[in-house]
Amino acid sequence: MQLNLLNKTISASILGAVLATSVAFAPLQADEAADKQKGFDIAARSDRSDNGFTSSEVEAIMTLVNAAGRETTRELSFKTLERENEDVGDKGLTVFSTPRDVKGTALLSHAKILEPDNQWLYLPALKRVKRISSANKSGPFVGSEFAFEDFTSTELNKYEYKYVGEETLDGMKVDVVERFPRYKNSGYTRQVSYIDQDVYQVRKIDFYDRKNALLKTLNFSDYKEYDGGVWRAHTLAMTNHQTNKSTTLSYGEYKFKTGLADKDFVKGVLKRVR
Amino acid sequence: MKKLVSSIALLAATMPVAAGDFELTGSVGLENRLFFEKGALPGQISTYQPSLELEADLRWQSSDRAWDVVVIPYTRLDAKDGERTHFDLREAYVRWTGDEWTVRAGLGKVFWGVAESVHLVDIINQSDSVEDIDNEDKLGQPMLEVSTQRDWGQITAYVMPGFRKRTFPGADGRLRPALLVDNDLALFDEGTDDDNDVDFALRYSHYFGDWDVGLSFFHGANREARFIPNSEATALIPHYDDITQFGVDIQYTKDAWLWKFEALVRDSAFETYAAAVGGFEYTFYGVSEAGADLGLLLEFQYDGRSDDPAIAPFTVADNDVFVGARYALNDADDTSILAGIVTDVDDASMSGVIEATKRFGDNWVAEIEGRFFMNVDPDNVAFAFKDDSHVMFRLTRYF
Repeated sequence: MQLNLLNKTISASILGAVLATSVAFAPLQADEAADKQKGFDIAARSDRSDNGFTSSEVEAIMTLVNAAGRETTRELSFKTLERENEDVGDKGLTVFSTPRDVKGTALLSHAKILEPDNQWLYLPALKRVKRISSANKSGPFVGSEFAFEDFTSTELNKYEYKYVGEETLDGMKVDVVERFPRYKNSGYTRQVSYIDQDVYQVRKIDFYDRKNALLKTLNFSDYKEYDGGVWRAHTLAMTNHQTNKSTTLSYGEYKFKTGLADKDFVKGVLKRVR
Repeated sequence: MKKLVSSIALLAATMPVAAGDFELTGSVGLENRLFFEKGALPGQISTYQPSLELEADLRWQSSDRAWDVVVIPYTRLDAKDGERTHFDLREAYVRWTGDEWTVRAGLGKVFWGVAESVHLVDIINQSDSVEDIDNEDKLGQPMLEVSTQRDWGQITAYVMPGFRKRTFPGADGRLRPALLVDNDLALFDEGTDDDNDVDFALRYSHYFGDWDVGLSFFHGANREARFIPNSEATALIPHYDDITQFGVDIQYTKDAWLWKFEALVRDSAFETYAAAVGGFEYTFYGVSEAGADLGLLLEFQYDGRSDDPAIAPFTVADNDVFVGARYALNDADDTSILAGIVTDVDDASMSGVIEATKRFGDNWVAEIEGRFFMNVDPDNVAFAFKDDSHVMFRLTRYF
């Protein structure tokens, strides 16, 4: 009996302590939840600003600059099929026209949210379509400073968010939102995104590596508004702070609603895209 | 062949002659093979085998993207082996693409399969073996190809008039048997001319989650030949037997694993047999600070065919293990190195391969390819190549 009583007393005091602690932390937790929600809301408003673009086609020139300043270029085209359901990802098709030795090489991607994406690569020299692993999230995309995940992980629900605050960037009022990858194999602990308060577009992202050190910065510029209030940046400049290498993607004019459908994003089409 | 020409003409006649996109690109490659040992046969090249490769790539696409025309002429000029100097239209076709259907007529190139060390189910195109013994260089195949893409997958039917004979080295050439193969003596089930015979094939391809699946059927003249010496025993007569083949190729992709399997059942007038290849490719991503990948490959090869040339064409991949590694730097120059060894489980004969490639600037590519024959058993088919270990250097300029 005495033992039981003693136990009860101890339990009661532990309970008291726990209660006291949680009361003390309650406002902080509420703040955290609010910051999470606000971060998500800002990211969602930005992500959803182009809802209904349906499909797009664009050509781009990628310029790679190494630490010594030597430049190499790649010409490529992107086709994207929007899937409005935020629980499934968009479909994408990337085709290279230069360098000439890899002309016709194509990458088909069916993005998922937390599951690994489905990806197929077409090798024109052998006429071979090869399913490839999408575990390679953090690897360099065609030798550039862009990682695979920088292209394939743009879906809203691939991240958790946290609102950080307001700042001024290039004369614009921007919201600063941290995002944390929820998918496996990411090379980043977190990303800090800067989203303008006027048209809700991402203007800059800082990428932090697995050791939480600043790795890269991506600047979005030359924004243009297309029909239907769809905004697209036409220059994406990625700078690697650790290697001093950089990659710039310069996009041409976007074409929207070009009649692309699911059938244009199956592995069978890889053999005839260019 | 005539049927094909008339079907191309028919397609061309219905083609809108509107302005579309026209594109001309090409490449010039200079290569040199260096053999480590003198040829075992009289007259064979002793050390160097330089040659020049030229390829053009002409493409036209109608502005509505429904029609396209592709023409890829290719030629190799070999300084030493006259048989290796040859010309081919790798591709020359007209294609129409509709919503669900695609029709292509002309010379085409098709690849089936998933394995790396041997391409078992792949059969549409004849191998341009005089280029390289890995059978990855192919001759353009005359075909009418009709394909449909549906929610449940892609089905493609091939009608192939005209047969391409495999290419073989001449008397000066290395990597050949003691007797030369004489394609002028070639025999088919129909006699000395296969052009009146038409080959058929059918292919189904799709994916189900992490599984990519292909099923294939082929009926026609075998692309591999049986070699029978002529009565004077001065040359080998290639026999291209009619066969019926069912094939399956499967890849399971999970995380960094690619599991691969190909199998076929092949029936000829002489025997019915099965063959299979299976294994995996596992990749360690980001093994260097700059993001290089290291892939490890392992494949088992089995082939149940008879080793009697009166019954079946020879194969080296009868009961062999392939181990390999691929190192890709993922740099701006696409630098990569592949090395592998195939070992015969029965007699321990080995052949090794090293392939390295790197781009210089935007338009130059340098490649090194080495093939090595080691510990070759006198009873192994590869015994004819035992002195033919070599390294090839190639520099290609793209335009």
